Amino acid sequence: MTDTERLTQTASQVRRDIVRMVSNAGSGHPGGSLSSTDIATALFFKVMKHSPEHWDRNGKGNDMFFLSAGHMSPLFYSVLARSCYFPVKELATFRQLGSRLQGHPSTDHNLPGVYMPSGSLGQGLSVACGAALGKKLDKEDRKVYVLVGDGESEEGQIWEAAMFAAHHKIDNLIAMTDWNHQQIDGTVESVIGLGDLEVKWKAFGWECITAEGNDMQAVLEAFDKAHSLCGHGKPVMILFKTVMGKGVDFMEGTNKWHGKAPSAEQCEAALAQIKETLGDF
Amino acid sequence: MEKFINTGNKDTRSGFGAGLAEIGNEDERVVGLCADLTGSLKMDQFAKEHPDRFFQCGIAEADMIDAAAGLSLSGKIPFAGSFANFVTSRVYDQIRQCVCYGNANVKIAASHAGITLGEDGATHQVMEDIGMMRMLPRMTVINPCDYNQTKAATIAAARHNGPVYLRFGRPSVPNFTPENQIFEIGKALRLVEGKDISIFATGHLVWEALLAAEELEKQGISAEVIDIHTIKPLDTEAVLASAAKTGAVVTAEEHLIAGGLGELIAGVLIRTRPCPVEFVAVDDQFGQSGTPAGLMQLYGLDKDHIVSAALKAIARK
Repeated sequence: MTDTERLTQTASQVRRDIVRMVSNAGSGHPGGSLSSTDIATALFFKVMKHSPEHWDRNGKGNDMFFLSAGHMSPLFYSVLARSCYFPVKELATFRQLGSRLQGHPSTDHNLPGVYMPSGSLGQGLSVACGAALGKKLDKEDRKVYVLVGDGESEEGQIWEAAMFAAHHKIDNLIAMTDWNHQQIDGTVESVIGLGDLEVKWKAFGWECITAEGNDMQAVLEAFDKAHSLCGHGKPVMILFKTVMGKGVDFMEGTNKWHGKAPSAEQCEAALAQIKETLGDF
Repeated sequence: MEKFINTGNKDTRSGFGAGLAEIGNEDERVVGLCADLTGSLKMDQFAKEHPDRFFQCGIAEADMIDAAAGLSLSGKIPFAGSFANFVTSRVYDQIRQCVCYGNANVKIAASHAGITLGEDGATHQVMEDIGMMRMLPRMTVINPCDYNQTKAATIAAARHNGPVYLRFGRPSVPNFTPENQIFEIGKALRLVEGKDISIFATGHLVWEALLAAEELEKQGISAEVIDIHTIKPLDTEAVLASAAKTGAVVTAEEHLIAGGLGELIAGVLIRTRPCPVEFVAVDDQFGQSGTPAGLMQLYGLDKDHIVSAALKAIARK
């Protein structure tokens, strides 16, 4: 089995996890979680150098991943559990009282893999810049990855961080945008248009790659290219063109599933479209 | 009564700069971040001596706070500095989510706090910052009174593990506490022992409280002056012991009544040992342009107002 085939199978299970977690909890954010599934799966199961068994919040020895768009927590928790940061069965506790799997990622509950709380948008890129500078100060040859939403990029702080990263030549940083064109109130273009993101990031002094974000082969190639651009004085942004709700036909391409849980019937209809590959939690 | 000697006026922000430079030389985990106010915050010595550990953030305070939180993950001890207004109200969400909820070891260096920022006017004169910062779980709030104490507090903040809000000011004010003092976070300092009234003061108002105690002594009133340099955690034991002895309290601070030291102390007393309390603070209004001394007088933040408040509190016993 090729890497692409293996990762595609893993991504299928992650999508099942997302749908089942949100349905079980009766709340949560399936849309962005599903659009970013292939990106996060590639990261956790192939791209990043990380040792879940040696995880520490100080990030030493590991590549670090920050989820800036914290509402994609179902995706985050699934890839963490499936890559052995914590037991897969714990996914069943998502959003329950006493769970380590808070609605949005928290560092208060000792959940391995979470470096910083997120949920209030626009902050993760700045945090990732700081973490990447920390690795540079420690002369540690590891990278920092951060995933932001396209709607989230309406936050001014994203662009503050964009300037900061370029100015300080943070070239061990790879940022990714889940460019699914949807946010709570409608399409990104109808809410507050972002214009040409690639031109914007390049104008801010970044290396910028645009790639298909729901095609595993294209995702892996984008990361290969990003790696080749690291270490040359510029931060790297990958704009992943994705489809909101990818993998579930009635959730695809619409803002309606940004933050809505499927009913039992809808969950069943969704799961019928996604192959169980690694065993449900 | 105990006498304190002003060894020469100095600004508390210079105490911060000196403390940062000293701890920066001792501990290479210390890093500095500043939002285009390096000279104003006196961070330039640290920046010059440790260019690899100093990060200019530009006029982008939100990014600065979260980058500091990110730096803290690998064990760095970041000091993120700007004017008090811009590292509190402008970035409250960043401090809340990443520094406090994330329990990041970030030190927020807040200069030009209060009305003594002076001529720049109300847009820059934050008098709500203590309230905002003490509301946040996990935040330690420190407001030292002079140059020497600010320097010591800066070093203590670096050695403390956890979020710290360190508040200091712009103008030159009397420097009267010991050089190279040991600063104990959370430990109130009794500067003057007295029996008729307790004056709990913080920041620039501590010197005014000492002057007020001298004035009260002339009127035959024995005032106890306690320097509350750490507002959170409050030294409730010291507050209750003094109030139990004197039976009347004045609080003095360069801050609004809302959210300030006075409300905090009144809250402690009312739950344990109620007694008359008078506030020397600003009541629900913004400041304006003027000299620091002129503003302190106009807004009732000086020796004379502390004396009046003390007489009023004593009369209510």
